[in-house]
Amino acid sequence: MIRLEHLSKTYSGRTGTHQALRGIDLHIEAGDVFGIIGQSGAGKSTLVRCINLLERPTEGHVLIDGKDITAYRGKELAKLRESIGMIFQNFSLFQQRTVLRNVMFPLELRHANKREAEARARELLKLVGLEDKGDRYPVQLSGGQQQRVAIARALANNPKIMLCDEATSALDTMTTHAILNLLRDINRELGVTMVVITHSLSVAQQVCNKVAVLDEGVIVEQGATAEVFGNPQSEATRRLIAADKGLLLDEYVAAQHEPYMGVPETPASAIAAGVINAADSIQAGNPAGTAAILDPVREAKGGDK
Amino acid sequence: MEAITAFIDQYGLLMAQGTWDTIVMTVLSTLFAYVIGIPLGVLLILTAPGGLHPHRVFNSVLGWLVNIGRSIPFIILIVFMIPFTRAIVGTSLGVGGAIVPLTVAAAPFVARMVEQSLAEIDGGLVEAAQSFGAGTWQIITKVFLVESLPSLIRGASITFITLFGFVAMAGTVGAGGIGDIAIRYGYQRYQDDVMIVAIVLCVVIVQVAQSVANLIARKIDHRVK
Ligand SMILES: Nc1ncnc2c1ncn2[C@@H]1O[C@H](COP(=O)(O)OP(=O)(O)OP(=O)(O)O)[C@@H](O)[C@H]1O
Ligand SMILES: [Mg+2]
Repeated sequence: MIRLEHLSKTYSGRTGTHQALRGIDLHIEAGDVFGIIGQSGAGKSTLVRCINLLERPTEGHVLIDGKDITAYRGKELAKLRESIGMIFQNFSLFQQRTVLRNVMFPLELRHANKREAEARARELLKLVGLEDKGDRYPVQLSGGQQQRVAIARALANNPKIMLCDEATSALDTMTTHAILNLLRDINRELGVTMVVITHSLSVAQQVCNKVAVLDEGVIVEQGATAEVFGNPQSEATRRLIAADKGLLLDEYVAAQHEPYMGVPETPASAIAAGVINAADSIQAGNPAGTAAILDPVREAKGGDK
Repeated sequence: MEAITAFIDQYGLLMAQGTWDTIVMTVLSTLFAYVIGIPLGVLLILTAPGGLHPHRVFNSVLGWLVNIGRSIPFIILIVFMIPFTRAIVGTSLGVGGAIVPLTVAAAPFVARMVEQSLAEIDGGLVEAAQSFGAGTWQIITKVFLVESLPSLIRGASITFITLFGFVAMAGTVGAGGIGDIAIRYGYQRYQDDVMIVAIVLCVVIVQVAQSVANLIARKIDHRVK
């Protein structure tokens, strides 16, 4: 579905050049939730932005459904981007538009019939559990709710692919779980292929079936999530695992921990996992269900409205 | 009481006409200045380094022209532009004659104001719009001008008030208006009452303009809860 071939990206500025990506080869198959994990500055954002050409690679090719899109421009590029939704760390919602009109934005761009666009937007808001918030403005929503709006907006054009750049990094643990669950539901039920950028091991473990570890612009390891984290081959991966346990690499290695397999049983994540399991079993097949279940929890937490 | 009636009898019509002329000149030149200034401001932002269409030479030249426009004192600009003004509106006098130099003086100022307003927009929004396939024109009309509208309106009130001051200057070279009345009657003929009323009218107009602009800007800004 997405194939990156010998992809390189060099930024050149006044202070010199910086090679953010070096010869990336990657194959993301249809239906994957593909994690790209790495430390800050590893080149994760650059990599994902090359997929929809927000960033132009300096070398190499991007293929989508077998077609080389690297040279796409203008109308061709706009058309391609309609089939690739994207969500961002700080949500990037339009502040002067209502929630409903935010979701309608991608449809407005291609001059869709207004009534149909509105109906579609309302349907999507329902999917993300915000059907009653259409007339609000982004500033009136919590972070988790704003990201749900952004997800609805990214789905407006029925994309085949969704790019998520640190989509949960601005959210608390509980909200992160809920959003990740929503993304997983979208992947399963709508068949949207996901590329999930994260620096967090637990995020990758919760949703990704495959991961690639990026370090200083190079993919140092990739494969099934459980395998990569269960049997880390590279120092970069070990460092990420150690960081997730709150240790330095040396401490982690010295302690000779078992290969890392699960979310640490801190109270917060234990509660969240419990809630999410309940949500899954009760509301399988309805992503809005997670919101329904999480809402009382949020209220208990002190009114995250 | 009698004094007031007498004043109104003598100067009422004159001052009403002057006030009206001043408002017309200010509003029209503000409007025309935005017609020219918005595209210039947008072009400055688009071609800036890191903009949607960075172009160093174009950006520098345009920035330069704008600065030149802003650096000519208004009173000199009026006189310098007389032949040009005549060519466009047929006269260099009256309301019509004043609007041309007023517009030319304000357009570069507006361009910078618009540039400033657009620069405040979160770059992430432009990127999000691009990621959904928005072209440059759509980004201008659906992101730039929509997201910066409250800021643009606040800028417009500053432009209006600045031009209001310029109109008084234009009054001294044949444009008429309330500034012209204040000079001719209040200053040259020592009519203190005319001078004071003219000043009060100016203060009221500026206050009202500012309050209305603030009210509108607040009303349409959805970033505040
Ligand atoms: N526009 C740019 N110009 C110059 N250098 C850049 C630019 N964007 C990114 N870089 C550099 O490229 C490298 C990779 O950046 P990138 O944003 O892809 O990292 P990242 O893995 O997403 O990091 P983070 O987790 O902090 O978001 C960094 O060293 C960064 O400084
Ligand atoms: Mg990043």
